[in-house]
Amino acid sequence: MLYTALAERIRKNKPVVLLTVIDGPNTGATLLVAPDQTQIETLGTLGNAELDRVASRDAIGELEAGRTSVRNYGPAGQVTPEDLQDTPVVRVFVESFSPPPQMIIFGAVDFTAALARVAKVLGYYVVVCDAREVFATKRRFPMADEVLVTWPTPVLSARGSNLGPRDAICILTHDPKFDVPAIQGALATSVGYIGVMGSRKTHAKRLERLAEVGVTKPQDLDRLMSPIGLDIGSRTPEETAISICAEIIGKRVGRSVPSLAKSEGPIHR
Amino acid sequence: MREILGDIDRWRAQNKRIAVARVVDIEGSGPRDPGAAMAVNEDGEVCGSVSGGCVEGAVVAEALEILNSKSFGRLVKFGYSDDEAFAVGLTCGGVVHLFIQPLSW
Repeated sequence: MLYTALAERIRKNKPVVLLTVIDGPNTGATLLVAPDQTQIETLGTLGNAELDRVASRDAIGELEAGRTSVRNYGPAGQVTPEDLQDTPVVRVFVESFSPPPQMIIFGAVDFTAALARVAKVLGYYVVVCDAREVFATKRRFPMADEVLVTWPTPVLSARGSNLGPRDAICILTHDPKFDVPAIQGALATSVGYIGVMGSRKTHAKRLERLAEVGVTKPQDLDRLMSPIGLDIGSRTPEETAISICAEIIGKRVGRSVPSLAKSEGPIHR
Repeated sequence: MREILGDIDRWRAQNKRIAVARVVDIEGSGPRDPGAAMAVNEDGEVCGSVSGGCVEGAVVAEALEILNSKSFGRLVKFGYSDDEAFAVGLTCGGVVHLFIQPLSW
């Protein structure tokens, strides 16, 4: 019953938390906490109603932070060190299942198919968007979760507020008509990664076009990873996809990685 | 957990008894983060993983014992510093804490 509800929420990419007593009274007891728009549903019990209430509240916090951790309580949900003296400790494993991170790819080109495939391996929810109906088809991108035939602006104004540090936007179009609004829309979000494909020459021209529409702030331009990807000598779409995803990982964890955007010289040697 | 749901569903449909092992904590260097999960059914079939392959064999033995002992679940620790219960460990030098329980929920 509880497993069925958990599996269903994970499969539907809905947030859910599984709490399990791993030590102390009622070891093995489980509680499922599932937030919906208006209320928080729970299923099961850790063995005490007050403990359930306190732990559920903490579970929502862990979920919002995308964290999975072990928390200690008293048998009736006590949390302060004074209250925890002389009581057995209930250790609860709080396991968050957040919806997967999203990758929005603008431009339905060959590189897109390879990037969408690698992103799926990494667990992303992948959206491919292009205004050209003949290219943006589910048939060409069967691995994508969604294929949208539209322009960047409506997509990003509708979904931008849902994008955060774990998410990525990759702009592979090379077409100023498409690139410029995609970059403007991406910069208006708090997305963790914005990669833009194109040679150094293309990017220099793109910067001029961005300046024409008023995108000039250094802190904005700094967010643009262009040329996109790491300097690992990628040639094929698949190799390029690996270099892009590796750059995304490096940026997310704050490692210094050999990004093409931070180096000089030809991309292909 | 996501990647083992399919196998668990199949085993449940066959009315197999199942134990689930999850990483709940790591100390030092560990190959998988908390939440990494594997499942073992009563026939010893396995899906998922909780390390880089270092401790899975011992987890299967422990999981089968839990299934056969009517236990509600227990914490198990693997690591180089642990010279007690198990002769297996993580070559990376870290310690991994697992909770193994029957999937009775």
